[in-house]
Formats: sequence, C-alpha cells, structure tokens
Amino acid sequence: MLLSNLEIVPGRRVVAHYGLVQGSTVRAKHVGRDIAASFKNVFGGELKGYTELLNDSREEAIARMVAQAKAMGANAVLNIRFSTSSVAVGAAELFVYGSAVELE
Amino acid sequence: MEIFLAQFIGPLVIALVLLTVGFFSGRYLEKKHYTSIIARETSPDQVMVFAERLPPPVLPAPVTQLVSGSVVISSDYFKRFIAGLRMLIGGRLNTYESLLDRARREAILRMREEAKALGATQIFNVKLETMSIGGRNPNSVSCLEVLAYGTAIIPHS
Repeated sequence: MLLSNLEIVPGRRVVAHYGLVQGSTVRAKHVGRDIAASFKNVFGGELKGYTELLNDSREEAIARMVAQAKAMGANAVLNIRFSTSSVAVGAAELFVYGSAVELE
Repeated sequence: MEIFLAQFIGPLVIALVLLTVGFFSGRYLEKKHYTSIIARETSPDQVMVFAERLPPPVLPAPVTQLVSGSVVISSDYFKRFIAGLRMLIGGRLNTYESLLDRARREAILRMREEAKALGATQIFNVKLETMSIGGRNPNSVSCLEVLAYGTAIIPHS
C-alpha cells in the first residue's frame, strides 16, 4: 500500500478513485506514565512516554485506514491528513484520512 | 501566629522549591535542547523541506513515501507560573513561544531524520499539527504535541 500526502504519485497514473477512507483511535493515558509526566511538568522537557504512545496510536489509525482501503480494492492512499483532538481530559483521538485510489 | 505558620509556610516553601527547581532545570534543558536543535539543523547533507503541494516533475520518476515526526514536550513549573502571572495583564507569553518553537523544530528534525534513513533528498507538502494535552485542568497547557508530516521524495536509483 502506497501512502502519500501528495495529490499525485510521480510517474504513475491513477486508474480508479474509491473515495474517502479513514482510520481513528481513541487512547487514554497510562497511570504510570501520568505520574512520570507530572514530574516532567515541574522540570520541563520531552515526555518520551507520551511521544511513543501517540506514535503507536497513530500507527494503529493508519493501519485501520489501510485495511479499509484494501477492502475497497485500492493500492494507494493519497492526500493523507492527520488530525488530533482531545475528547476528554487525559484521552486523545488520533484521526487519519485520505483518498483511496488504484494506481496502474 | 503559630497556626498561621503551620498553615501557610509549608505550602509556600514547597511552591518556592518547585519554582527554583523548575527555573534551573527548565533553563538547563531548554539550553541543551536548543544547542542540539541548532547543531542538527546546520549539519550538512540535510533533507530539504518544502511546504509546496507538488514536487517538480523529474525523470525518472522518484519513489514517494509518507514520513512523519512528532514530539510531546512539557513546560516547567517556573514558566507556567510566569505565564499565569502574564495572563493577568495580557501580552506575549514568551515562555510558551519558546516551547512551541522548540517542539516544531524538533518535530521537523525527526521527520527529516526518518526521510534521510529512507534515502530521500526532499520532503514536499509538509503540514504541522499542534495539540495541547491538558493535565488535570483542561485549560492549562501542561504539555503539547507537535506532529510534522510530509511526503519524502526518494530519487530513482
């Protein structure tokens, strides 16, 4: 599956459009990490645990989007956009969407 | 008087300790982070980053791949306290400005590193996404996440 946030793929022609595909995941923070984070809130600096958590969640959202695109028979997702929102205190939604297409 | 001492001095001492620790560690970490950011940004053979939507057409056609970089960064206790005071009178919050600047530059650098590992020379259509992750209090900017993503252009070998 080719993923790109461009509207085209250089050197390849789009032969079919399948429409919008999306993947999302809602993740809550881990208590242990939260305690570590509250220490970091005093000292400042990077919260590596959260960076990893959000990266993993984003991977999962992408995997869901890819699964949807595959089910449609697409072989690429173009014009991908990421979006993040906090749904509740301590929980975040990671959302990814794009256009499923078939490349020749 | 003794009741006053017992009730107010304790929390005051704790707050002062937190402020001092936050001030020194925050300053040290920020300085260290900026040194590392500047060193990585000015190192040779960097991947070029563009906000343009499309890469120029070249032959043979390059390979493209989605790359991203993200960072979650937190402000220190002292800076948050200063920002709280600043909010009373309004104006620029310098302490948060530097925090956001560091986070954005770090996210872009991580994206560039990922692209470089793939053998890319350029990244097009770069987008930046910022989210504040509230702590207990949803109004407080306790930490924030910055995501940078784009399409890496890997030249045809």
